[in-house]
Amino acid sequence: MGTQTVTPQAVQHPYTRYLRTDRLPHIWCPGCGIGIAMGAFLAAVDELGIPQEKVAVVSGIGCTGRVAGYVKFDSYHTTHGRPIPFATGLKIARPEMTVVVFSGDGDLVSIGGNHLIHAARRNIDLTVICVNNFNYGMTGGQMGPTTPHRARTTTTPYGNLEFPFNLPYLVAAAGAVYVARWTVLHVFHLRESIKEALQRRGFSFIEVVSPCPVGFGRPNKIGEGLEEMRFYREHALIQNGLHPKDAALSFRDRIVVGKFVDEARPSFLQVLEDHFRNASRDPSHREG
Amino acid sequence: MSNAVLTGTHFMLGDHACAEGAIAAGCRFFAGYPITPATEIAERMARRLPQLGGVYIQMEDELASMAAILGASCGGMKTMTATSGPGLSLMLENIGLGIMLEIPCVVVNVQRGAPSTGLPTLVGQGDVMQARWGSHGDYEIIALAPSSVQEMFDFTVLAFNLAERYRTPVILLADEAVGHLTERVVIPPPEEIELWERPRPTVPPEEYLPYATDESLIPPMALAGEGYFVHMTGLTHDERGYPIINGEAHERLVRRLLEKIRKHAPEIIRYEEVLMDDAEVAVVSYGITARSALRAVREARRQGIRAGLLRLITVWPFPEDQIRELSRQVELFVVAEINQGQIRREVERAAAGQVPVAGVHKLGGTLITPDEILEALWVRKP
Amino acid sequence: MAANTFSGNGSFPFWREPLDAQQIPHLSTSITIFPDLCKGCGYCVEFCPAQVLATSDRLNAKGYHPPEVVKPEACTGCQFCMRVCPEYAIIVEKKLEVPT
Repeated sequence: MGTQTVTPQAVQHPYTRYLRTDRLPHIWCPGCGIGIAMGAFLAAVDELGIPQEKVAVVSGIGCTGRVAGYVKFDSYHTTHGRPIPFATGLKIARPEMTVVVFSGDGDLVSIGGNHLIHAARRNIDLTVICVNNFNYGMTGGQMGPTTPHRARTTTTPYGNLEFPFNLPYLVAAAGAVYVARWTVLHVFHLRESIKEALQRRGFSFIEVVSPCPVGFGRPNKIGEGLEEMRFYREHALIQNGLHPKDAALSFRDRIVVGKFVDEARPSFLQVLEDHFRNASRDPSHREG
Repeated sequence: MSNAVLTGTHFMLGDHACAEGAIAAGCRFFAGYPITPATEIAERMARRLPQLGGVYIQMEDELASMAAILGASCGGMKTMTATSGPGLSLMLENIGLGIMLEIPCVVVNVQRGAPSTGLPTLVGQGDVMQARWGSHGDYEIIALAPSSVQEMFDFTVLAFNLAERYRTPVILLADEAVGHLTERVVIPPPEEIELWERPRPTVPPEEYLPYATDESLIPPMALAGEGYFVHMTGLTHDERGYPIINGEAHERLVRRLLEKIRKHAPEIIRYEEVLMDDAEVAVVSYGITARSALRAVREARRQGIRAGLLRLITVWPFPEDQIRELSRQVELFVVAEINQGQIRREVERAAAGQVPVAGVHKLGGTLITPDEILEALWVRKP
Repeated sequence: MAANTFSGNGSFPFWREPLDAQQIPHLSTSITIFPDLCKGCGYCVEFCPAQVLATSDRLNAKGYHPPEVVKPEACTGCQFCMRVCPEYAIIVEKKLEVPT
């Protein structure tokens, strides 16, 4: 068995071709899981053999919003909360492309929450990868829509008075055809799940639970990234097929992961094709 | 498609003429959200686009509508949304993104009485400054003000052409009266409708810099799916499209974005002058109010006042040079608009104290009548 | 050929090398670490199922202790360290080697 330590670029990381390497290292903190989630996505694209020029990544604002800036696809770093509608337009204009929304929980669920549920409702052909780090990291660790009840953030110094969303339940109720949750520790499951999601027609959603050492782990006395990951190892429970209503995350308790929804329903673009056929037969267009 | 351009003479609603103008300009993607008095544009697009292989999508709100037309434009489609003042307020967030990312698209604002919910079914022209400055930061915007149903068609085509050529969102600043007016519109045959397309890269992907420009200051636009691996960000960015967070880069980028429009302003700015050659009083107006103004000017002439009309077609960029020019000729400007002086301030600024500027203003709900303008011409006549 | 004797180290005592051992392809792994990319999260060291990696004493350019390979022979080529590294600083190559 050969081992090497420092070597020149003789060997290439499998993700290198999908990265804007001139922009690395990325800005994410030591122990942040976004890099792991982004890697799992790149691995999924690679293993599915999707041509690189046929993938588009759309992000919003926040730590995870920076994903669009690192991946070497057509990539769009849009406004806060709006990556899903932006991606909706892009997908309709380029239906042959695989369009992926990669953003965080604050972006997608709070300021973009309305877009999230409506995209799921219309079953638009997008895959949404939502990195959930339980807080607003980029602005320094404020309470967000996924912050557990009682958890401390810089804007909940006495503990969070509110209750978090159960994201799988939310998007499943809204109509998503594929819903899964993994932690970044489940990196192989995550990759396989992203591969499945990318192959589904319609709206697929994967929640990726990720450590945020600075914004969440430290103030809540869970510890740095490593302790958060150990927490996942000890508390994560794979329950494929679990009803999403039972998949709520609770603070310092179990973390249910798995594939919760995988069903077929005509996607927006599938319905649109039928719509074209019907509309082109409609004689009423002759009206002035 | 043979039925894309409805060549012929029609008795048509202004909002519908706008939709037909968009289709004639090649718009095949419309994302919208219902709002009075712009809903008829969405309804027309919803009926017409699917027949042409285009897509109407009704989004959950105006934020989403605006984001969707940007996304679809990045995919290469000509895209439009339509709204009224309250919706424009929401769209301005992503209009800023469109300006920063230089994404061609058209936003129609059929203005109504405002602020807030105001007068949904009644006319207003109070969004002139919202259109100009509503998004955050310094930027230039192109906004066109149609005065007739014919212009709802023509200016929509023009709006697309300007959006494409200068890679920027363009606002069609219509008003309820024009939008809900039904009158004669002549739609020319397709070959007579001149269409401009966005500049496209001529170099292979490895040589392409998304925001590098020549002296035109307009960067060629690579579309999604073409292998150029474009990166676009609303952050201040360099020629590669990569974020770069410092004052120098910001100065370079934003300066270019401003200059891109300012440099081309002489080609962009459009206005109409009626009886201005020997005029001593210039009435400045736009949109539906320009029709009252024209009537007032003609009546004033009949009564012996040498009045003329400067009708703004591009409200933005504002024809400052022309106002400056006219301030050497006329003794008075009278600005007629259904707001409390949004363009009057611009005229005052450009006239710079050389000539007094009077205004005929209403808050919305009713049109300014020719008599009201005429009265101002009499009262103010030096 | 190794004798079937009790090794004394707790492993199965009656192991015998297969007769066709020389013909069976075996997995060869190669671990490449780019120490200067490391931000010291420790995930690779912590979660390697075979404890192949350890935190080194040296500091990289960023001031973190990058991992080093301490038990190369234990590597099964699972690539977990490669996949869990948020900085893409580890490459695990694996190939089947057919003895000649």
